[in-house]
Amino acid sequence: MRRRENRTLFLMVVPAISVGAAFFLLPLARLAVVGATGPLGPQAYLAVVTTPQYLEALLSTVVLSVAVTATTLVIAGIAGVFLERNRFLGREALLSMLTLPLAFPGVVIGFMVIMLAGRTGLIGELTALLGVGRLVFAYSMAGLFAGYLYFSIPRVILTIMAAAEKLDPALEEAAKSLGAGPWRVVRDVILPALAPALIASGAICFATSMGAFGTAFTLATDIKVLPIVIYTEFTLLANIAMAAALSIVLGVITWATLAASRAVAGATAAAAG
Amino acid sequence: MGRTRNFYLQLGFTLLVCAFLILPVLMSIVAGFTENFFIGVKSGLTLRWIVVVWDLYAPTIFRSMYIALATLAVTLVLGVPTAYVLAKRPGLVTRLIEEFLVLPVAIPGLAIALALILTYGGFRDFRTSWMFILVGHVLYTLPFMVRSVLAVLSSFDFRILEESAASLGAGFCRRFLGIVVPNARSGIVAGSLTVVTLSIGEFNLTWMLHTPETMTLPVGLADSYASMRLEIGSAYTLVFFVMIIPLLIALQRYGTQRIKKVGRA
Repeated sequence: MRRRENRTLFLMVVPAISVGAAFFLLPLARLAVVGATGPLGPQAYLAVVTTPQYLEALLSTVVLSVAVTATTLVIAGIAGVFLERNRFLGREALLSMLTLPLAFPGVVIGFMVIMLAGRTGLIGELTALLGVGRLVFAYSMAGLFAGYLYFSIPRVILTIMAAAEKLDPALEEAAKSLGAGPWRVVRDVILPALAPALIASGAICFATSMGAFGTAFTLATDIKVLPIVIYTEFTLLANIAMAAALSIVLGVITWATLAASRAVAGATAAAAG
Repeated sequence: MGRTRNFYLQLGFTLLVCAFLILPVLMSIVAGFTENFFIGVKSGLTLRWIVVVWDLYAPTIFRSMYIALATLAVTLVLGVPTAYVLAKRPGLVTRLIEEFLVLPVAIPGLAIALALILTYGGFRDFRTSWMFILVGHVLYTLPFMVRSVLAVLSSFDFRILEESAASLGAGFCRRFLGIVVPNARSGIVAGSLTVVTLSIGEFNLTWMLHTPETMTLPVGLADSYASMRLEIGSAYTLVFFVMIIPLLIALQRYGTQRIKKVGRA
């Protein structure tokens, strides 16, 4: 009976596994092989860190992603805890607006940055009115930073709110009654309790920023972030092996970040529980 | 209750964040209806940019819709049975299967697209058809369907219901379709909304996988931002908003907790 059932269950997962094997595992293996069999051979992987051009792209992408992640965690942490803790008129509407950009693709987010900081953008209009000249930064690293914040904030706010919901108000009351000031309560009570959520959503934010392509593609294809470099190598320079090697390196970074965060945040959650 | 100064400071901060996210959306909506955005709204309001978008890009809108529905059909057929098996036999093997199936979310779409092109690009008919895009969308969205359904099936013991049905003589198909699927309905609905939303907005994979004959809405958007005037890009973005916002509202209603991890940009 159970054996027959096992066979049925096995047959039910076979289609999904086959699709994954044929269209994900096999192509990724092929990508890794292509990366190692170009003019440079397996050295192509080494070239990612030994060629200044690629190393620079890698480092600037990492720095940008770290900066975006840190800024997002602060902004979304404050707004998320605030929204979870307080009930006021218009809260639901505010929440809907804050999560609206969740489904915007990178290209649309790039366009939103152009609306804000482009040549006819809102920020430029405001600074021109103030008499300090038209501020235009959409088509630069600062524009990318704004765009990556734009897509990260909604996601992190939702995670923070879910975690803040589980905070025990009694712990804060206890800390306050023992004489802790507001900052101590934040540092010693709220932040440790939110740590798993911060780590998990921070990792997602970092990985998404590392691999983001659409936003950079809309703003400027000469900004040297890794996905744009991969795209340029592949389509314009036909340096397919290098594009493949860089893609594998990028994929390993994003995958390892997410896996590590789950290991750490999972362990913290277990320890806290 | 009394509001402290602290409350208003935090409210002000949250409103600023909201302004950062919403003002560009409003501006782009206004630009889509404005005769000349460089002059401003005083140049007059018009629907002509919407008409231009329709003339230029209508096929991309329909293509995105049917690719999204095809992606939904495939992820339902692949994902619901898989989630059922994962929930029914929690253990090392099923855990590994789950890890394997959600892996595509952890890899940038650009890398997956390159891998697909290097492996299957030689099959001309496949490479130039919309099926090539469908494959990418299925890889990327399947994890959300599996996780959504799995979360619901893991939240109660459906096995007891199944056993009672079995003791009353219900066969496997009847149990699956009559008990498992109806009980997993909320997860299937939330998963379906996520899949359709993600598929309609997918760009990173699609940009590499598309051909001039298989342009989707986000690919068309990138094209219009690069080569058309701002008003046309705005009007086209407006069409995208009209398609995506009802889905998002439905998602907020049916699966608030489940959408927090969706999307890549």
